[in-house]
Amino acid sequence: MFASDVLVAQNIGFAIIATIMVVGALRVVTTSNVVHAALWLVVVLAGAAAQYILLAAEFVAITQVLVYIGAVMVLFLFGTMLTRARIGAESDLNNKNWFFGIPVAIALFVAMAMALDSGFGSQKMPADPAVATTQEISDQIFGPYLLPFWALSFVLLAAVVGAIVLARRD
Amino acid sequence: MFVNQFLILAAVLFCIGVYGVIARKNAVLVLMSIELILNSVNINLLAFSMRNGSFDGHTFALYIIAIAAAEVGVGLAMVLLMYRNRRSIDLDELSEMKG
Repeated sequence: MFASDVLVAQNIGFAIIATIMVVGALRVVTTSNVVHAALWLVVVLAGAAAQYILLAAEFVAITQVLVYIGAVMVLFLFGTMLTRARIGAESDLNNKNWFFGIPVAIALFVAMAMALDSGFGSQKMPADPAVATTQEISDQIFGPYLLPFWALSFVLLAAVVGAIVLARRD
Repeated sequence: MFVNQFLILAAVLFCIGVYGVIARKNAVLVLMSIELILNSVNINLLAFSMRNGSFDGHTFALYIIAIAAAEVGVGLAMVLLMYRNRRSIDLDELSEMKG
């Protein structure tokens, strides 16, 4: 690989966004304040939306912003509020044996990185990728993937009913 | 752009999420770690979709986003129920299922 191949605008953008995402994700799992963790999660989700744009997936990126950063984050903040998390740092957010997570995560990453390196090596993305327009995505959803779409509608209905049944007071 | 740069980023996010699920005790933070894992899967799906020049991955990514929203809704309702019954959302205090 040559520097002129690697240092293109897309890769520089990728590197900046990826760094921000990894830092944000590490803060989500290490911070001692639940509200801060939710706000760092917003950083990671917004970075993911930016990566989707780099991957020529505009519709998914917009859906990510609407659903994740809009709805899911509001749910998380409501969840923290209703369970009366203390404002400020808490000392007991981690398990007693939290350090066992570190070797597990590192071993998992080494295994995946080796598999990815041997599987895809220095394969490149196509130089002029096809951009998925919203029309093509809707042709997919309402064409070959209609049955999963129906199943998904039932899952969402069941989830809404289940959430109400679980959370209401009676 | 290499294929692997997206896949490695997704692997890093996945491992951080796994660490969060193992290390955290607070139920809301465990749910946030699960969101990290689901997002890394979405990045993978879209990377492969671009590599293969097909749009199937976009559809699957959208379905995963919908599933994740449903999962968070039910998960937070369960956390709320847990808080109401025992005034705490620490997962290691849910030990009544021990034989």
